[in-house]
Amino acid sequence: MITQLLTSIAQGVGLTLYVTGASLLIGGVIGLVLVGAARSPIAIIRTIATLYINFVRVIPPITWLFLIYFGLPQYSLRLSTIQAAIIGFSIIASAFMAEIYRSGLLSIPDGQREAAHALGLSPVTTVAHIITPQAFRVALPAIATYGIGLLKDSALASTIGVREITYYAQQSAKQTHEGLLSFVVAGALYIVISLVVALVARRVDLTLRRKIGVA
Amino acid sequence: MDILTQWLGWLPNLTPGLIVSLQLTGLSLLFGFPLGLLFAVMAAAKLAPLQWISFFFVEIGRGLPALVLLYLLYFSLPDAGITLTSLTTAIIALTWNTGAYASEYFRAGLAAVPLGQKEAALTSGLRGWTGFRFIILPQALRISTPPLAGLAVLVFQGSALAFVIAVPELMSKAFEIGSITFEYLSVYTLTAVIYGSLTLVFLGLVRLLEQRLGRHLQRN
Repeated sequence: MITQLLTSIAQGVGLTLYVTGASLLIGGVIGLVLVGAARSPIAIIRTIATLYINFVRVIPPITWLFLIYFGLPQYSLRLSTIQAAIIGFSIIASAFMAEIYRSGLLSIPDGQREAAHALGLSPVTTVAHIITPQAFRVALPAIATYGIGLLKDSALASTIGVREITYYAQQSAKQTHEGLLSFVVAGALYIVISLVVALVARRVDLTLRRKIGVA
Repeated sequence: MDILTQWLGWLPNLTPGLIVSLQLTGLSLLFGFPLGLLFAVMAAAKLAPLQWISFFFVEIGRGLPALVLLYLLYFSLPDAGITLTSLTTAIIALTWNTGAYASEYFRAGLAAVPLGQKEAALTSGLRGWTGFRFIILPQALRISTPPLAGLAVLVFQGSALAFVIAVPELMSKAFEIGSITFEYLSVYTLTAVIYGSLTLVFLGLVRLLEQRLGRHLQRN
């Protein structure tokens, strides 16, 4: 029974990973733009970026998904379930990733920037080669933690019909009447993926630490 | 404006949903926070089985997506002969979830109280429960309160998940209106505005609370 359930629910692992990964990647890139905009010298850009970050975070993820999946087709913008899920989670991830980058940037002492300036490095070089590599290392554990959080949030995509882990678990629960077992299997899959992500992140973190000689 | 009159017309239908959402949030917090404290105390207990029980419940509550936890209870409790309303099921799932996250904050708060406090309590003759209740806990609670208040805001947002098991809360009501009028974009925008503005109010309250609790630090 359990192997049967596992094989049917595991079909969803691919889409769970795809939705999570794509959203984290797209959200991560938009977040980078946002954090730049939030530190821009032009006040209006700063305000817009800060407003966007706060606006996105006060609305529950499920409301975002429904707004996009059910709301947008009204203006003849038809999206597939997967597209809607990725757009929704990318928007959410962008705001959270911007906050993570910001805390990473804040942890870099001003002296680094001043030292780069004193050495005659241009602002672009300073950001690309001095600030970002250090900030990334500081932010990595937080990014990994958020990635795991997003993985769990991606279960919401099942509510708009994306065939990921929770979707298949729900199908199995209805067909086999093994409700408990189906969701225990689904839960175990999520925990296993989270553990793998956490382990990989720790390895990368350790390698980076050794590289700059902190550990 | 056209959209505003439309929204005003929907509000009477959405308000009962909002009340259910707030009820769900309030009850989950009411049961979840003490449960979290219990898990935190159990995790620090000398008895190993207590630690395992705490570990088991906390890791499941935090490791599973809240949605999976919700479905897990919704689909399995009836098989075990327990029939509950969907609202009760949602309260149990969210309480578990809240308790698991809260226990981590309580644990951090308890760990942040210097060991000297416990030793001083022991020297003053405040042993066991008395020392914990009057010396350790008040100091720990002050440290844990801001993150717990932040968690409360997240639980309010999480209450929207109860929609999937047909609890008649805000999202369900919005979905109902959407499927009757086909004005999905408009009704979900209104829902987002309601969630967003209430979350902002709660966040403001959290900030006030933080300032109040930090008063003794600002004085010197």
